[in-house]
Amino acid sequence: ICLACCCRGRSNINKVLIANRGEIACRVIRTARKMGVQSVAVYSEADRNAMHVEMADEAYSIGPAASQQSYLSMEKIIQVAKVSASQAIHPGYGFLSENTEFAELCKQEGIIFIGPPSSAIRDMGIKSTSKTIMSAAGVPVIEGYHGEDQSDQCLKEHAGRIGYPVMIKAIRGGGGKGMRIARSEEEFQEQLESARREAKKSFNDDAMLLEKFVDTPRHVEVQVFGDQHGNAVYLFERDCSVQRRYQKIIEEAPGPGIDPEIRRRLGEAAVKAAKAVNYVGAGTVEFIMDSNHNFYFMEMNTRLQVEHPVTEMVTGTDLVEWQLRIASGEKLPLSQEEIRLKGHAFEARIYAEDPQDNFMPGAGPLVHLSTPPPGPSVRIETGVRQGDEVSVHYDPMIAKLVVWAADRQAALKKLRYSLHQYSITGLNTNIDFLLSLSRHPEFEAGNVHTDFIPQHYHDLLPPPSATAKEVLCQAVLGLLLQEKVVTNAFRLQTEDQVSPFASSSGRRLNFSHTRNMTLQDGKNKVAIAVKYNRDGSYSMQIEDKTFEVLGDLCNEGDCTYLKCSVNGIVSKPKLIISESTIYLFSMGGSAQIGIPVPKYLSSAHTEGVQGSALAPMTGTIEKVFVKAGDRVKTGDILMVMIAMKMEHTIKSPKDGTIKKVLFKEGSQACRHASLIEFVEEESDEA
Amino acid sequence: RVLLPSCAAAPRLRSYHGDAVAALGSQIDTGSALYQENYERMKALVSELHERAEHIRLGGSEKARKLHISRGKLLPRERIDRLLDPGSPFLEFSQFAGYQLYPNEEVPAGGIITGIGRVSGVECVIIANDATVKGGTYFPVTLKKHLRAQEIALANRLPCVYLVDSGGANLPRQAEVFPDRDHFGRSFYNQAIMSSRNISQIAVVMGSCTAGGAYVPAMADESIIVAKQGTIFLGGPPLVKAATGEDVSAEDLGGADLHCRKSGVTDHYALDDTHALHLARKAVRSLNYSKKLEVTIEPSEEPLFPLDEVYGVVGDNLKRNFDVREVIARIVDGSRFDEFKALYGDTLVTGFARIFGYPVGIIGNNGVLFSESAKKATHFIQLCCQRKIPLVFLQNITGFMVGKEYEVGGIAKDGAKMVTAVACANVPKITVIIGGSYGAGNFAMCGRAYSPRFLYMWPNARISVMGGEQAANVLATVAKDQKAREGKELSSEEEAALKEPIIKRFEEEGSPYYSSARLWDDGIIDPADTRLVLGLSISAALNAPIEKTNFGLFRM
Repeated sequence: ICLACCCRGRSNINKVLIANRGEIACRVIRTARKMGVQSVAVYSEADRNAMHVEMADEAYSIGPAASQQSYLSMEKIIQVAKVSASQAIHPGYGFLSENTEFAELCKQEGIIFIGPPSSAIRDMGIKSTSKTIMSAAGVPVIEGYHGEDQSDQCLKEHAGRIGYPVMIKAIRGGGGKGMRIARSEEEFQEQLESARREAKKSFNDDAMLLEKFVDTPRHVEVQVFGDQHGNAVYLFERDCSVQRRYQKIIEEAPGPGIDPEIRRRLGEAAVKAAKAVNYVGAGTVEFIMDSNHNFYFMEMNTRLQVEHPVTEMVTGTDLVEWQLRIASGEKLPLSQEEIRLKGHAFEARIYAEDPQDNFMPGAGPLVHLSTPPPGPSVRIETGVRQGDEVSVHYDPMIAKLVVWAADRQAALKKLRYSLHQYSITGLNTNIDFLLSLSRHPEFEAGNVHTDFIPQHYHDLLPPPSATAKEVLCQAVLGLLLQEKVVTNAFRLQTEDQVSPFASSSGRRLNFSHTRNMTLQDGKNKVAIAVKYNRDGSYSMQIEDKTFEVLGDLCNEGDCTYLKCSVNGIVSKPKLIISESTIYLFSMGGSAQIGIPVPKYLSSAHTEGVQGSALAPMTGTIEKVFVKAGDRVKTGDILMVMIAMKMEHTIKSPKDGTIKKVLFKEGSQACRHASLIEFVEEESDEA
Repeated sequence: RVLLPSCAAAPRLRSYHGDAVAALGSQIDTGSALYQENYERMKALVSELHERAEHIRLGGSEKARKLHISRGKLLPRERIDRLLDPGSPFLEFSQFAGYQLYPNEEVPAGGIITGIGRVSGVECVIIANDATVKGGTYFPVTLKKHLRAQEIALANRLPCVYLVDSGGANLPRQAEVFPDRDHFGRSFYNQAIMSSRNISQIAVVMGSCTAGGAYVPAMADESIIVAKQGTIFLGGPPLVKAATGEDVSAEDLGGADLHCRKSGVTDHYALDDTHALHLARKAVRSLNYSKKLEVTIEPSEEPLFPLDEVYGVVGDNLKRNFDVREVIARIVDGSRFDEFKALYGDTLVTGFARIFGYPVGIIGNNGVLFSESAKKATHFIQLCCQRKIPLVFLQNITGFMVGKEYEVGGIAKDGAKMVTAVACANVPKITVIIGGSYGAGNFAMCGRAYSPRFLYMWPNARISVMGGEQAANVLATVAKDQKAREGKELSSEEEAALKEPIIKRFEEEGSPYYSSARLWDDGIIDPADTRLVLGLSISAALNAPIEKTNFGLFRM
């Protein structure tokens, strides 16, 4: 049916299948809904109750959790497109978005692939090819070697020609995999071999290219759009320099400190690049920029990028709408002259990860999730809700927080404020890290580059310090008030609802009740003596300091706030109490305070203190090296676990005898689950 | 009196238009010299009470406490705190048991802490030995306090939790704790009787339970023992050694492993004190007990006046009169009091009110008892028994009126009516001695002998057969008469020398501390806590069904 329309160069998309999940699926559905286009979601078993499934007009199951068998299964997705009579497929980003074969398959099946022609994907997918094309089209390209001859000798000669430092990159590489830097000739051979090994493993192809390595470069990218009528425009640049693990974490538009002339040259170079491959749809041309604002073509991403909202915010456009309109054959909605840059936007990516632990990706339930109130200048792009789970199977991004303001300073201020209002418990997130990043004076000054995080590592990730005593008092107060709520709830269930025994007054006759409580602040146990005063307030003593504390819980929306006064200073942090942790979120930052679990309640916990083998994160046990009865020494490898596509070796925390191996190969272990049980020994208890 | 419209409060249960009542009590002139003097004097007594209690709270000597803690044990008060529902109140009994009772020996709180508190939502009597006081051994007063707590549990049908950590009978005093009816054996008798009446007995062995003490866990419905801390045996290692020559450690003779794995004397094995208390909470939770109320309840309301104003109302001078209604106004919900027979027999105040929402009938003294007041009280007690309303006695009584006119009027038989009514009333009775408690007035106003469920004293209170001066005068008169028969005269110096030690002795023995030390009451309380203590006591008392009352013969 569609083929006929396509021939006329104009087709009507009434129904679109979104071959993706999470926030981008939700994002596309939102625009489709706005345009009156029906949306079809697909989901894996793990996503049965996901937000994108709920939002779509229709949703189809496409197999098990593993992406290979679901979101990456072209046949299944095409099948759903046919069954649901979708005219088009939006691939989102990741998964099949830059898969030539899939784009081709869509074409064959008469389904519109919302993206560029497969030829453009292919050309841009192979880095050496893309550079050759760009170089020929007059786009500035960095010195390098993209040749067929992969001999060590040849590569080393070219490295010498380009001049050290040199970057060695896998031709098929991406995401930092198969990439090494050789700072000198001596280092070259070793780095080359290392890059080849990794590339071989990751892409089954160890062909390498060489590139001049630009020190402390900026990563600047230009949003381009092409239509089927040969037009192409640019929507200005984004700066995505600040990265960790070669992944973007905070993006902004426009690039700080880039003057209009450079901006125009960047844009025009990007359009030139797009035109060179007859580009259609949304694309991003990535440049590397040195400190003198010289820029060189790096690669072109033939999809809608994660960070596209910052461009939307500063240009007042809806890029998904543009994609849909261009896919149905329309001309570009705006001409280059009509596209105006207005204000400044930031995007902060909120990830389930542990910045303190080398940004180790995490997974788990979003026990509590509350966000700043969304509005025209604060966007929350997410695919999860409170109670959902960040799955080990997919990207651990929880949300994108996008803010806009008239200028960079104002936007940054808004970003910080909004980050403060973002509270998540149940898993580790990078929110606090994003806050310290956005507060860093060098970031504030716009002095961004790709080495920003390593360079300012100690400012950004200071070693955890002791929680302020005032905050500990708030935590205790939160616990006491929560107890009160529980007591009251119990009271109302009983026949005798008036008994003064059912109060939480802590009253004793002729003296005041002093309760000894213990909280866990990081690795330290803190003793707090809480005196119940007659007027309902508490005097809390920590070490040699006493605090007068009183307060109330109040509920606003889904959140509980602790309205409290500590030594007369009134504040109202957000309070969340889970089984073993108290979370306080305030403008001053967030605090996580543990409630020590008594020995009798959790043997795993006590073993944790004494040292036991715990799963660092949720994942699958790949290999088990020990069995019950084995003697092991500290540091011996017990197991290998695969989590977030990475291998983790579980080492023995102590010398001892294995009592029991609690997980088989192939089974899944939750974060902090005890993996190995040791035979209890007398010396452990001392 | 200031009339405060009750519409100020939120709509109450069953409170219709036209039901509004005038509040009792008056806005007292807190600036008056009398009020201020009274306040200061009572305040001083309360401060003294608090200071003494603070000292008793510590328990045994610092050395003993340090040793106790170094063994990984919790102090008994902390054990109770962790046994109770967190942050819930504890109605402690007789903190001053044993106070200055034994020459040269201090036994803080009698070496045992007893009281009522909520455990897993159930009101329980808790009996906790303090091993930092004489190793937790039983002095006569320790035993008396233990038995009194069991008596309270039995009367109010409250489950008992024993936190045992005791070396058993105090051997030098064995004659005072072993042989008699209300001695050591009685506590196990009580456990058996209570268990037979479905009043649960739970024992937590947190230290030694030697000899007779072994029966506390053994007679309990469920028992818990702390590993490496608790021991239970009929004869300890020294006794075994002496008897059979067998050399055995305490742990092997009666430790947790032995009793949980082999003997089956205990049912639950705890890793430490905290674990044991957690298990005890679980045991109470599994009682499948819920409190059933036979009385109506209404939402609780604070009195209209600050509670501590009673200091200024009452003071410490027992010769000075005050209107007991001012006291009632600072105890009852919303200061509302439905007075009964207000104009008849007005030396006694009777009426209905609520405390923490519970209905109560209050009987308070406003002077010496006359025939009319006694008859009014009898009538009121009958009403409360008929309606199953708990009775609160606010005792401040010098006695019944004396003199020919009154004897002719039959005050003895009218007084007897009141005493009969008080004795027979089966509703919970709670007595607070807020002033003097003398002579037959003590009987009529539900003194200790009349088995009130609870009896408390204010720090200004005095209890004796008569006032010290009266007693001295009576003795002086007798001595004078004797001298007169011998034809001699008693000189004023002689009279003074005769009276002085008697006054002094009465003063000492009439003191609430003297009384409390001997368990003649259940504790000395801060007058400002009266409302709370009554609320807690009524709540506890209502765990027992209110039986129908059959009064004895009223002599007409």
